Amino acid sequence: MRIGLFVTCLADVVYPQVGVATVTLLRRLGLDVVFPEAQGCCGQMHVNSGYADLAIPMVRSFVEAFEDCDVIVAPSGSCVGSIRHQHRLVAERAGDSALVARVEETVPRVRELSEFLVDDLGIVDVGASFPHRVAYHPSCHSLRVARVGDRPYRLLREVRGLDLVEQRDAEGCCGFGGTFSVKNSDVSGAILAEKTQSLADTDAEFVTSLDAACLMHIGGGFGKQGNGIRTVHLAEILAGTVV
Amino acid sequence: MGKTFLGAQPSFPDAARDALLDTQLRSNLRGAMTTIRDKRAAVVAERPDWEQLRDAGRAAKDEALGDLATLLVEFERNATAAGAVVHWASTAEDAVAVVLEVATRHGIREVVKVKSLTTDEIGVNEALREHGIEAKETDLAELIVQLADEHPSHILVPAIHKNRTQIRDLFLDRLPGAPSDLSDEPRDLAEAARIHLRSRFLSARMAVSGSNAAIAETGSLVVVESEGNGRMCLTLPDVLVSIVGIEKVLPRWNDLESLMQLLPRSSTGERMNPYTSIWTGVAPGDGPQEVHIVLLDNGRTNVLADPVGRDALACIRCSACINVCPVYQRTGGHAYGSVYPGPIGAILTPQLLGPGQAESLPFASTLCGACYDVCPMKIDIPSILVHLRNEQSHPRLESAAFAVVAEALRDGTRLRRAGKLAGWGRGAVRLVGRFPLPGVRAWTSSRDLPVPARESFRTWWRSHD
Repeated sequence: MRIGLFVTCLADVVYPQVGVATVTLLRRLGLDVVFPEAQGCCGQMHVNSGYADLAIPMVRSFVEAFEDCDVIVAPSGSCVGSIRHQHRLVAERAGDSALVARVEETVPRVRELSEFLVDDLGIVDVGASFPHRVAYHPSCHSLRVARVGDRPYRLLREVRGLDLVEQRDAEGCCGFGGTFSVKNSDVSGAILAEKTQSLADTDAEFVTSLDAACLMHIGGGFGKQGNGIRTVHLAEILAGTVV
Repeated sequence: MGKTFLGAQPSFPDAARDALLDTQLRSNLRGAMTTIRDKRAAVVAERPDWEQLRDAGRAAKDEALGDLATLLVEFERNATAAGAVVHWASTAEDAVAVVLEVATRHGIREVVKVKSLTTDEIGVNEALREHGIEAKETDLAELIVQLADEHPSHILVPAIHKNRTQIRDLFLDRLPGAPSDLSDEPRDLAEAARIHLRSRFLSARMAVSGSNAAIAETGSLVVVESEGNGRMCLTLPDVLVSIVGIEKVLPRWNDLESLMQLLPRSSTGERMNPYTSIWTGVAPGDGPQEVHIVLLDNGRTNVLADPVGRDALACIRCSACINVCPVYQRTGGHAYGSVYPGPIGAILTPQLLGPGQAESLPFASTLCGACYDVCPMKIDIPSILVHLRNEQSHPRLESAAFAVVAEALRDGTRLRRAGKLAGWGRGAVRLVGRFPLPGVRAWTSSRDLPVPARESFRTWWRSHD
């Protein structure tokens, strides 16, 4: 089985530790993982901001980069959700039926990391240890677009020493929404303030999620508030690479 | 206040900024929305066949929207045969003209109203007032909003932005006959309104309503409400004018089966709707003896012409999407500048108004998807929001910026270069974060700027492959 890592542009440039953790974890599970270097961004930022046509080359490079991979694993529910629901629309906009066909062939091979671990590998205990109080943020796109269900919770419950804490309105949005946080920064900030408060009230040491973008937003809020709670991607906890 | 209440500007971000400063509003919304959300979740969970119900309801709507021209004519034929007069209105002005003509012909100075979004959409009350005719709202929350000289801020609970103390003060100030020792107990407030409204019902000669559904095969109208005020309006006055959006038509009587189960559970969180009034034309000696039905377009056929956006017309106005929306919860409804606020408003208002209008609304969403999950008609609101964003033209500077970013992210070679540049530029990002420039300040007021990594993942990979 040829496993290709789709690292996502955000992890590539801003949070490489997420990609490193994913590779480390998969290798520790005895899997060979490749990183097809032709990959770019999934295109979601452009599609959601009203520039779907600019995403056409990204969709093209995606299907080309992963052509020879049996499965495509990405540490982001949001990017996986976009690939599943938006790549076809982008290809249709391009009026390129060959691209539409390649997208249809590619999409079923895409997995969010927790889906790959739980469904394809049948593993919930990856042998990780993380003796800390942790709050899980079920990011909107993991939950309601990629639809990862309870997989991340099942993985977290098996981590040695990890104390998974409950939060108010856990499934509520963090207010990021990509372009929303810029165009409607005040509303976004108001949503974020309630999210960070409910997380802070849990006395968690760490907040984790399947999406680096939400963690960037929540962590950005924590940084501003100076409350010392750290944000780490679920892959980092499972890989044991949190430093 | 504007004449009609559809897409009034300022833009959403500006209107929302003002709303966010209202801490009383925020606290009123949080309390009311949590309650209504929990109630809905509980009664929906009772139904193991909820997904099938959603599919059945949506199928009936899709069938209707797919054959609207035929069904509307069938409705007209059957309603006319039953004694109603059917009018066709392309615009708000056309519809309002019918109401005015009927009222004037009967020499009517005061009409009673059933809570209706469609009549708010076309500004019936304001138009009547210009001609010296008072339109009296009879739904408690609509009465509150009318007394306060405001617009509704929610489609189901129009006065959700007010708490009971604010309502008590309003009643003392403006409700005729309110006792001077009025408390802020909901029961006392309702009683004061009831006494006032009762005299209105008994003296009214004409009523104006909307309608939740129009049944083509029988020519029947359906009005769903919770307080009994609607039934008073629909049975006591001699003259009734009902404004019905053309998307409200359903093929068959039996289609009400799914609708009447989906609507109460999704909206008020009740198993069954308290007052459902259904009437077909005129019944001699019983109820209104003159019934006018105005079939309203007002932009709806434009919506229908968009193969993606048209799904918005399947909406049954339950408000479940509004009640779970993280944006609405912070801003309330007035920021949307329309009788249709929240997620459904963000897709409906710009489409009803047409290209170039209310363009900030499709961006008034984090695309969290909570609205889609609760929608009883399975309207994929996030996808329609994205679709509408892509239908707009964008500011030139913004377009240029997105083009540059798209170029940097389009493939591996360019992204490698971008990662290197970002790594070198991290000092600059830190600096920008410390001295907030315009544009960046919007972000840094609530959060730190993300700083690019010194070494991108790609670079790491080459040394660890």
